[in-house]
Amino acid sequence: MSTLAPPRPEAAQPDKSPPAEVKRWVPSSRWAWALGVVVLWIGIWALTKGNDTLALAGRERTGVQDALAEFRDKVIASRGDNPLIQLTYEIGSGFTSLVDWLQRMVSVENFPRPVPEIGWLGVTAVAVWIGLAVAGWRIALLIAASFVSFGVFGYWSDAVDLLIVTFVAVAVSVLVGMPLAVLMGTGNRAVNAVMTTFLDVFQTIPTFVFLAPIALFFGIGASGAVVATLLYALPPIIRVAGHGIRTVSATTIEATDSAGQTRWQRLAKVQLPMARRTIVVGLNQTTLAALSMATIAAFVDGPGLGQPVLDYLKTVNVGGAFVPGVLIVVIAVMLDRTTTAASEYGERAARGGVDLKRRRIVLAAAAVPVLVCLYMSRTYPWAAEFGDSTWGPRLADAVNDFFGWFTDNFRDLTQGFKDLTSAVLLNPLESLLAESPWWLAAGALLLLAFVLGGLRALVPTLLCVAGLLYFGLWHDAMITLNMTLVGTVLVMVLALVFGVWMARSPKLDLVMRPLLDAGQTIPPFVYLIPVLALFGITRFTAIVAGVVYAAPVAIKLVADGVKAVSPTTLEATRSTGSTTWQEIIKVQLPMARASLVLAANQGLLYVLAMAVIGGLVGAGGLGYDVVLGFARSEEWGFGAAAGISIVLLGIMVDRIARAAAQKTSR
Amino acid sequence: MTIMSERQEESTADSAEYALSVRNLWKIFGPRADKIIGTPEADLPRAELKRQTGCVAGVKDVSFDVAPGEVFVVMGLSGSGKSTLVRCLTRLIEPTAGTVQMDGVDVTNASDAELRDLRRKRVSMVFQHFGLLPHRQVIDNVAYGLEIRGIGKKERRAKAAEIVSLVGLDGFEHSYPDQLSGGMQQRVGLARALAGDPDILLFDEPFSALDPLIRRDMQNEVIRLHRELGKTMVFITHDLQEALKLGDRILIMRDGEIVQIGAPDEVVGAPADDYVRDFVSEVPRSHVLTLKWVMRDPRPDDSMDGPVMSCDTIVRQAAKAVLASEHPVRVVDRDERVIGIVDDDAILRVVVAEEDHA
Ligand SMILES: Nc1ncnc2c1ncn2[C@@H]1O[C@H](COP(=O)(O)OP(=O)(O)OP(=O)(O)O)[C@@H](O)[C@H]1O
Ligand SMILES: [Mg+2]
Repeated sequence: MSTLAPPRPEAAQPDKSPPAEVKRWVPSSRWAWALGVVVLWIGIWALTKGNDTLALAGRERTGVQDALAEFRDKVIASRGDNPLIQLTYEIGSGFTSLVDWLQRMVSVENFPRPVPEIGWLGVTAVAVWIGLAVAGWRIALLIAASFVSFGVFGYWSDAVDLLIVTFVAVAVSVLVGMPLAVLMGTGNRAVNAVMTTFLDVFQTIPTFVFLAPIALFFGIGASGAVVATLLYALPPIIRVAGHGIRTVSATTIEATDSAGQTRWQRLAKVQLPMARRTIVVGLNQTTLAALSMATIAAFVDGPGLGQPVLDYLKTVNVGGAFVPGVLIVVIAVMLDRTTTAASEYGERAARGGVDLKRRRIVLAAAAVPVLVCLYMSRTYPWAAEFGDSTWGPRLADAVNDFFGWFTDNFRDLTQGFKDLTSAVLLNPLESLLAESPWWLAAGALLLLAFVLGGLRALVPTLLCVAGLLYFGLWHDAMITLNMTLVGTVLVMVLALVFGVWMARSPKLDLVMRPLLDAGQTIPPFVYLIPVLALFGITRFTAIVAGVVYAAPVAIKLVADGVKAVSPTTLEATRSTGSTTWQEIIKVQLPMARASLVLAANQGLLYVLAMAVIGGLVGAGGLGYDVVLGFARSEEWGFGAAAGISIVLLGIMVDRIARAAAQKTSR
Repeated sequence: MTIMSERQEESTADSAEYALSVRNLWKIFGPRADKIIGTPEADLPRAELKRQTGCVAGVKDVSFDVAPGEVFVVMGLSGSGKSTLVRCLTRLIEPTAGTVQMDGVDVTNASDAELRDLRRKRVSMVFQHFGLLPHRQVIDNVAYGLEIRGIGKKERRAKAAEIVSLVGLDGFEHSYPDQLSGGMQQRVGLARALAGDPDILLFDEPFSALDPLIRRDMQNEVIRLHRELGKTMVFITHDLQEALKLGDRILIMRDGEIVQIGAPDEVVGAPADDYVRDFVSEVPRSHVLTLKWVMRDPRPDDSMDGPVMSCDTIVRQAAKAVLASEHPVRVVDRDERVIGIVDDDAILRVVVAEEDHA
């Protein structure tokens, strides 16, 4: 419609910015400089390639790595006398006994009973009843179906164990996190800035890296799993709930202050209730973070569904891993839907949209069959324990058959994709990063950081580069960095294509968004399974899994960023007669560039996390080193050095991307 | 608390007869603000002060008194410091210097507990953007002040229901704020302020966010409530019509300073400077000025047969009688002494000048 209108000067006037910005964007000197640095790098690399790469030969270990190993031995030796370590062990064993007790109640035999105190029927009935009480009958049905599927596929105990670890960790996270959120939401600006920086850094650490040090101080098994999980689950609730409390309307606070309330009344009656919805979002994120960590905690013998996944992945039995993997997804969906629905339901109930009297009657009536189920599950063996089911193995076989058929028929396709990406992106970049002498790669990274992000990027990069060199895994770090960068490039391709498409087509948005939301709830571990089937034990599996894992976040960020471009600007562009393509390239993308950089940043961190987990399936680099540290006790120091290097790498890319984003949005 | 207020009353006997008494109040925003008062920098114009020290003077050396039952209006352009001033009265913004006394109680030196007590019982405020609690029903919003005083649910709800019907919201007790129109939300704000039965009500541009018709309704509502309850009110506005309609006296502010304090007819009849004159130039003078402002001194040859009118009669109300009478009107003061004469010319001068203007 507006394309028909002749270009009206006054319509274009307030939107002079796009052309101006485009001009700044295209020849932007920053990117030209960056290109220059890369060209220079390649030039020197061609002459010096292969020298001073700091690759460690076979069993060779640096002094720092040996020192780390010694440190561990010391910690283990001082369990008897060091009060700090005694304390952490105390805490750990407290969690172990709690989880143990819960397990004996609902998931494993409680000696001398051959079955748990409460059998599957009772547990399911209670869970369904809780779902009915907090979120309504739809959620109750979802919970019933989920719990039954645990048993039907033969993973009742593992699934319930995973839930136990998740719930214990979430409970503690909320207990610890809410006071901190209040502090962040009500504290002054300095408190807020310190906590934000701390959380930022904390959240760049991939799940996998948590495990070794936690296990050292808190022990392996349930204790390590719970502690790692609760630490990982803590930041979302602090950050999101703190934000919610902080953004409560200032007028309302002032109005209620003027009525003479105490600080405590302000918190309890105004700030917390008004931030309630945001706090629930935080709780939801914390729960899902806990689930993904609890899954990976299988590496330190944490109980739950992660263990069968891990076992099958080690033997490359994709069908076997697929079944527990699907159940993890089932749990993720169940928890996500339940927390979200409970919040909506609570809101409705608080506003009188629910007939409370009827609800009470329904719940009381529903309690009768629940009690019957509880009784039966303590009396009849069939209601206490799921019989052996053939569904799990049958599904596993079917999946294996399918992937067998698929790879037989489409090997050329997957192989071709792999070879092409390797030839065009992976190999050249890896050669450049890892085959450069360390001083060349380090210098180039520093220069790039400075060019892209200024001093704010240079300083952290300098510290991280120094740290990487200190811990002696430079070569492996460059290999991991390469995988991360290539993965991020692929993520950004997907994000740009689908993000722009979604922003321009509301229909596609309607279809994709729930899928992406669901994709974001799935723990990263699970993504490895199908990708492994396609690409086998190679670094490529980790990269593709990382891309799949990172894509939902990145696509959503790009879509939202492009959608946020003001319609008047677009209209003005259209009125000058630009094509769709010009509209995207010259207006939408440049104006959404802050979102693009943010998407790239998230992509980097997600792919890095996956590249590390991918150590398990042939990713090489730092991920492999960490896995080695887990597998062999004498390699602990080596694994720990790799873990620290991953953190440094994460902080480095995050800081560079953030500084670049800040410069870009200015 | 009581002991303290007694002591205060003794020491400041003169201010106790006022509901509110403000002396040399300053609020300077910015670093090291307290160091500025008393130095020559304090006398700088606002922009200059900001340039030299980075501080903004929100309120500069303001003093005034409000009598019990008076409606005191504070007026000024945006940024003149009205909101800052009214917030300093209950220390929602901490004043930099000066004193505020309410019924003889020194607000500026009250402890946290005393201040809370004061806010709970003596003074309430109505806000431009309402500031209601979205998660509470109307009745519980109104009862909020009682709730935080620790009054039981039944009692406070009964009291709140009374107030809800006083402001004309019968039937909406159990609605949520977002289900009400802006005007109704502000009625809730008004009810909330009234619920604690305070002596003083503060209003910060309470009707600016409402459309003109609703605004007029709400102004009438305030006038009605003032007549029924007789509370002292400090009313902030940037709307001169509103100020003239509601105010017993008007304080006009500019850049944090007082420009003029006076009754509506004083402000219109004798503007203190061009700023005020500009402000009041659009006002229909015959609606505001009283005979006092248009009369001339009596002369010996004046006819003594005309009707007698009080000097506080508004010109517009007197016009018909003056023009109808054959003899000039004699204007008398409260003691029935004749202090001036108003003839047709005097009336026409005001009315015609207005029409010229329009
Ligand atoms: N917290 C603050 N920090 C710094 N300066 C402030 C602060 N609050 C107000 N000011 C400044 O004090 C001056 C007076 O502001 P105030 O809000 O009192 O004006 P106002 O008369 O209420 O205006 P309006 O009609 O727009 O509400 C303004 O220049 C404002 O910028
Ligand atoms: Mg204001």
